Amino acid sequence: MSGENSVLVQVKNLKKYFPVNQGILFKRHVKDVKAVDDVSFTIKKGETLGLVGETGCGKTTVGRTILHLYKPTSGQILFDNIDLTGLGENEMRRMRQRMQMIFQDPYASLNPRMTVGSIISAPLDVHTKLNKAQKRERVQELLSIVGLNSGFVNRYPHEFSGGQRQRVGIARALAVNPDLVICDEPISSLDVSIQAQVVNLLEELQDRLGLTYLFVAHDLSMVRHISNRMVVMYLGKIMELADRDEIYQIPLHPYTRALLSAVPIPDPDKASRRERIILEGDIPSPLNPPKGCNFNTRCPLATEICFQSEPAYVDVGSNHFVACHHAG
Amino acid sequence: MDEHIQVRDMKPLLKINDLKTQFHTEDGIVNAVNGITYDMNPGEVLGVVGESGCGKSVHALSIMRLIQIPPGEIANGEIWFNGQDLLKLSDNDIRKIRGRDIAMVFQDPMSSLNPVYTVGFQIVEALKLHKNMRTKEAREKAADLLALVGIPEARKRLDNYPHQFSGGMRQRAMIAMALSCDPKLLIADEPTTALDVTIQAQIIDLVIKLQEELGMAVMWITHDLGIVAEMVHKINVMYAGFIVERGNVRDIYKGTLHPYTKGLLGSLPSIDEAPGTKLISIPGLPPDLVCLPKGCPFYARCVYREDRCKYERPSLEKADSNGHLVACWRWKENLTEGVK
Repeated sequence: MSGENSVLVQVKNLKKYFPVNQGILFKRHVKDVKAVDDVSFTIKKGETLGLVGETGCGKTTVGRTILHLYKPTSGQILFDNIDLTGLGENEMRRMRQRMQMIFQDPYASLNPRMTVGSIISAPLDVHTKLNKAQKRERVQELLSIVGLNSGFVNRYPHEFSGGQRQRVGIARALAVNPDLVICDEPISSLDVSIQAQVVNLLEELQDRLGLTYLFVAHDLSMVRHISNRMVVMYLGKIMELADRDEIYQIPLHPYTRALLSAVPIPDPDKASRRERIILEGDIPSPLNPPKGCNFNTRCPLATEICFQSEPAYVDVGSNHFVACHHAG
Repeated sequence: MDEHIQVRDMKPLLKINDLKTQFHTEDGIVNAVNGITYDMNPGEVLGVVGESGCGKSVHALSIMRLIQIPPGEIANGEIWFNGQDLLKLSDNDIRKIRGRDIAMVFQDPMSSLNPVYTVGFQIVEALKLHKNMRTKEAREKAADLLALVGIPEARKRLDNYPHQFSGGMRQRAMIAMALSCDPKLLIADEPTTALDVTIQAQIIDLVIKLQEELGMAVMWITHDLGIVAEMVHKINVMYAGFIVERGNVRDIYKGTLHPYTKGLLGSLPSIDEAPGTKLISIPGLPPDLVCLPKGCPFYARCVYREDRCKYERPSLEKADSNGHLVACWRWKENLTEGVK
């Protein structure tokens, strides 16, 4: 999996600002929420790229901007070497066939008035010219791929549990044979034992169908489990990007270290042995990010320079990227 | 974490005896809690672990007598706290205990604080009611409490409204409120589920520190076996309204006996696992609490089930002399197949 050809998605200097307006009649643009601020990374074919961060760090916005559900403020998104930012609406709709999304909340993301069959065949209606019988056959095939009884076609979402609904969401995403699936916290609203079921299913499907995942989550241990490489975001910026084992064994950014040390360990011996880094304070508002390094308000290593200049996002070798004045 | 403390003879602070809580709904009677029995000592930290719908919150609400009747009903059992049966107390008497001797911290700090009153007002209210303090004195105490839970500029913050606090600070304020009357038992019902990991670490750290300082008993309810591993003395694992396994924290993690607990532990990825490790998921779904299975509640999802499990329900029995209890017909066989 190396070389130019194997890159599926290339995100270059992506920015997404949401304007904040004030005033009733004449809305003045006063400032921006910098949800995603100059983010670059690549996703290789067939890999799972984990994207972690806390609330408001912009991880969901990155996922949605790749799909062009949000129009980027600036920057480029290359999908299979086609620049998505230059595409018109119709061309973009055709491209979306190759990129699908699985949403966080399996209750809100399925229309309660549609049967499971019509939910799953909706993407087929838009993107394919299959006839009714073919669609029905495809829906049944998809249901069995995600481990649901193919007789469930005429049931409604309320008849299913959370885990089963998430399976329906996965079936819908797979309907058009996408290359890239963006999983936006697909397991965070599920129970622990069901989470494992869904993660196992996602891994199995990846092996079988050669899918590429962008796996967005805040649960570091689950992301580490499923990913090949990991991106850590904080307040709209990438703090660190590396292979999953590298980021776990030699985390360079103090934020990554704190995140790792906050992961609960289900083992009383290991848990009491490890050193916990408890970060002080809260995440600053993205409306009003601190000057210099974004993390300087909570960083245990912060010095003078961190308050003055923003650290560059640099490669420290073996594709390990980090943005910190004190890294290395 | 000194486990010997638990073994010593001590008069239990809380003694629950065959508690059954049900809800009468249109679909039938939902059996939320199905006869649970256990003791809690003063100063003990107990973890109650289970998935949604396993009755962990309902059992805590039953202790607080916060179950709405109807549709709810505490159908059976006794809850002895400090020498009195909470279930037999009048509404007036339970109100004196609730919030004073037993305090509770809820999952969602935004919806459990009243948005139209200042945080200070809400803490002062409890102090005036339970401790008969005057407003001025109560405000002093409230400021001390906010400082105790690590809110900077506590005195100023008293006059803030909940929306001016972040999620982590709201949960700190909730904890301050719960501690205001020096409770003997603090029930924390998934207090960190709505919070980010780094904030969760702050809150866990705070509760451990406060528990050590103030010496109260803490019941920590969670669905995450990872969180409680480093903070509790004992664990109750609940499933479908039953306690299926109970023991000291090391016994639960290192000498796991019940297949459900094994499954829960297997479902969690470990942070230092080898690449390509598969998670052990528990197949299927929890049973419908309206029509409970006749035999073992875990029968339908258990990899070790046999015919007996279908028809006879195992009761919680002693597995060793350290108070490790398990409800499984086959626990002695040391089953490990399909488990990490």
